[in-house]
Amino acid sequence: MAQAAEATGAKRRGKAASAPPMTQDQLLQAYRDMLLIRRFEEKAGQLYGMGLIGGFCHLYIGQEAVVVGMQACLEPGDQVITSYRDHGHMLATGMEARGVMAELTGRAGGYSRGKGGSMHMFSREKGFFGGHGIVGAQVSLGTGLAFANWYRESRNVSLTYFGEGASNQGQVFESFNLAALMKLPVIFIIENNKYGMGTSVERASASRDLSKNGAAWGIPGEQVNGMDVMAVKEAGERATAHCRAGNGPYLLEMKTYRYRGHSMSDPAKYRTREEVQKMREQSDPIETARKLLLEGGLDEAALKKIDDEVKAIVQEAADFAQSSPEPDEGELWTDVLLEAR
Amino acid sequence: MGVEILMPALSPTMTEGKLARWLKKEGDQVKSGDVIAEIETDKATMEVEAVDEGTLTKIIVAEGTEGVSVNSPIAELDGGGGAASKGTAPGHDTAMPQQPAPPAAASPEVGEVAKQAEDYGAVAQRGADRKEGAAKMGEAAAAPEKDWGPTKPMTVREALRDAMAVEMRADDKVFLMGEEVAQYQGAYKISQGLLDEFGPRRVIDTPITEHGFTGMAVGAAFTGLKPIVEFMTFNFSMQAIDQIINSAAKTLYMSGGQLGCPIVFRGPNGAAARVAAQHSQCYASWYAHVPGLKVVAPWSSADAKGLLRAAIRDPNPVIVLENEILYGHSFECPTADDFIVPIGKAKVERAGKDVTIVSYSIAVTWAMQAAEELAKQGIEAEVINLRSIRPLDAETIANSVRKTNRLVTVEEGWPYANIGVEVAMQVMEAAFDYLDAPPVRVCGKDVPMPYAANLEKLALPTIPEIVDAVKRVTYK
Repeated sequence: MAQAAEATGAKRRGKAASAPPMTQDQLLQAYRDMLLIRRFEEKAGQLYGMGLIGGFCHLYIGQEAVVVGMQACLEPGDQVITSYRDHGHMLATGMEARGVMAELTGRAGGYSRGKGGSMHMFSREKGFFGGHGIVGAQVSLGTGLAFANWYRESRNVSLTYFGEGASNQGQVFESFNLAALMKLPVIFIIENNKYGMGTSVERASASRDLSKNGAAWGIPGEQVNGMDVMAVKEAGERATAHCRAGNGPYLLEMKTYRYRGHSMSDPAKYRTREEVQKMREQSDPIETARKLLLEGGLDEAALKKIDDEVKAIVQEAADFAQSSPEPDEGELWTDVLLEAR
Repeated sequence: MGVEILMPALSPTMTEGKLARWLKKEGDQVKSGDVIAEIETDKATMEVEAVDEGTLTKIIVAEGTEGVSVNSPIAELDGGGGAASKGTAPGHDTAMPQQPAPPAAASPEVGEVAKQAEDYGAVAQRGADRKEGAAKMGEAAAAPEKDWGPTKPMTVREALRDAMAVEMRADDKVFLMGEEVAQYQGAYKISQGLLDEFGPRRVIDTPITEHGFTGMAVGAAFTGLKPIVEFMTFNFSMQAIDQIINSAAKTLYMSGGQLGCPIVFRGPNGAAARVAAQHSQCYASWYAHVPGLKVVAPWSSADAKGLLRAAIRDPNPVIVLENEILYGHSFECPTADDFIVPIGKAKVERAGKDVTIVSYSIAVTWAMQAAEELAKQGIEAEVINLRSIRPLDAETIANSVRKTNRLVTVEEGWPYANIGVEVAMQVMEAAFDYLDAPPVRVCGKDVPMPYAANLEKLALPTIPEIVDAVKRVTYK
C-alpha cells in the first residue's frame, strides 16, 4: 500500500530516487485532517447563514493542504500563529472542533469563552498563538515567538502565516530584517490565495515572486504548490530543517486558492465562476489526496468510514456550539487584567 | 422526512433577500460545496452552497421570489448523507437542546489555563468574584504609605537602571531591548552598564523599527518571557501603538484569560527642551484610555525604582512614562532590597488643608514649587503625586478633597480629555458634595509644541498659572 503511494508520489514530481514526503498512512491522516477542515468550514458557513455566527467569518475552504502539510513537519513545542482566516490552523494544530465552533457561536464552551470570536482563539497547549485581526500584526508576533525559542535556546520553530495581501505591510519587512539579523527560527508562510479581499495580487504587489520578498535580507524562499499536501510537506521539511539547524528564517510562498469569498458577506465578483470552478475541479487538495490514496490501494469503504467520522465530529461540534450556553454576564468583567501576586 | 435547506443570512445585518435563481432542480444530486442557488441582497448577489449531500427533493421557494426571510426553508434534501443529515437545520423550528454544558466541559482547557496562570506569576481573575471590579478605575488599595527605612540620594536615571538590574538578576525571563540600549549604553544612559553585566542575549540592540520590534517583544511575552521595551522616546511608540493596544492589551481578554502579556514599555514621555512638536508630547491620556494596560508615571527616584520594579513583576502590559528632564534629578531613595511601589497607589507629597493639587511626573515638581509660593501667601496646598495613572487611586484623591473641598489638576498634557479631566470626574462621582468650587485644570496649551524658547515656555504650565488656579478655587 505504502509502496504504491511512494511510487505515485515520486512519479508526480518526476523524481524517482528521493524519499516520498509522506507514507500512505501519513497521507491518510492528512486526508482526514483536510476533510475535517473542509466539513467544519462548510458547517460554519451554514451556521453563519442561520444567524448563529455573527460578525466576520473568513472560511479556509480550498487552502486546507497548506496547514495540514506544514503541521506534519512540526515537533512538540513548535508554535503556529496566523491572521483571521484561522479555523483551519486551529483544527490542524489539534484544537477541538467543538471548542472552535462554540467560539464561533459566541458561547461559554468556546476556546475564548465567547469573548474572541472567529478571529481570536488561542491554545497554548497546542502551540496556537492566534488568530489575529489586524493584517500583518501576527508576523511581528510570530517573529517574537521565534525570538522566544532563540532566547530559550530550544530547537523549536515558529510557523508564521500571512496572506499575500499582508505581505506588503511594513512590519512584515521589519520582521524579515529582525529575523534575519538575529537568525531567528521562523518560517514565514505566505498563503497566496491570489486575492486580498477583492484585490488580486497583481494589483497589490509589485513583487511577482513573493518567495523572493526576503531576498534582500538573504532569507531563502521557495514557491510551493499549496494545493498539494505532499508538496507542502516536502517544502516544510526543508524549511524546518533549515530553522532547527540555526540558519535563521525561511520563506515559503504557498500558491493556493480560496473557493469562498473573503468573508461570508463577500459576493466575490472580482473573479469569474469559471476560475473558481476550474480550481475546484482540477486542483482540489482533498480530491487529489483521495485519488492518491485509492491508487495506493485504499478502498472506498475505508474512505467512506473517514468521511462519516469527520461528519460526526463536525455535527457534534455544531450541536455543542448551539447547546453551550452564552457566557455568564460576569464574564464581561473578567480577563481584562491578571492579578499581580 | 428530508432535510430543510434554509434561506441563509449573508451578512450580519441581512434579514431577507431575493431568491434570484436556482442552479439545481428537483431530482438533482448535490454534494457539499455545490452552488445550488443565487440570492440577491440589497448589496450583492451571493451564491448558496450545499452543506450536505443528497437529492434535491423539493424546491419550496421559487426563483424570483422577493422578501424571503432569513432562516425560512427554501428547499428539501432527501437526507441520504449519513451523519450529516442529522439535525442539519436546527435553528429553524427545531428546539435547541436544553441541557447547558457543565463548566468543566465548557472550556476546553480549564486546567491548562490555571497552570499557565501560575507559570506567569499571576492568578487569572474570573468568575463572579471579580465582576465590575476588574475593569473599574480607581480600584487602588487604601493601605498607608509604608516606611522603607534608610534612604540615600540617587538620580532618577540610576533608580531606573537599578530597578532593571535587580529584576534581571532575579529572573532570567526578564530582558531589555530597544534602540541603542546595549553597546551605546542607552540614548539617555538609562541602561548604562547593563550589557556588561547581562550580555547581549539579555540586553538587545534593535534596528530603528518600532513597529516590528514591539510586535516581536509582545510575541515573546505571549510565551511567558518578560520583555522590557525601551522606546527612545514615547513619541516613537506611535509607530508601534497597534501592537501595544491591539496585541498586548487585548489578547488576554480575547483569549478568555489564556494568553497574558507580561511586558513593560518604558521611555521618556512629554516635552524635553526645544525639540518641537513631534518630540514633545504626553501620552498619558492615550494609553490610560485602554482597558488591559496599566500606566505609571514616576516623579522621584523612589517612584522610578519602585514603580519600574512593580511594572516588571506585573503580569500585565505596563506603560512606564518617564521624563527626560527628571533623569538627572536626585532624590532620596530607600535602600531596602525589597523596596517596591505598588501600582495603583498615589502619594501625598505635601500635606495641606486648603486645596488639593493632583499631578504626575514632572508636573509634581511644578506643583511643589507652587505650594511653596502659596504657603508664603497663607494657602496650605496638599500635593498628590498620582504615580499611577491607571489604575487611578481615586480614594486618596477623594479623601484629600473631602478635607480641602477644592481641586486643581496639573499636568503637561493637552487639555482635551486629559488626565485632569478624569480625576475631576472621579472626584465628582465620589465626593461631589464636598466640593466648594468647580475644579480647575492647569495643563499644556492646546497647540502642537512650538520650537521657539519663549513660545515653548508659554505652551507648558507655569508656577503662576498653578497659583492663579488655586486662588480661583479658593476664591482668594
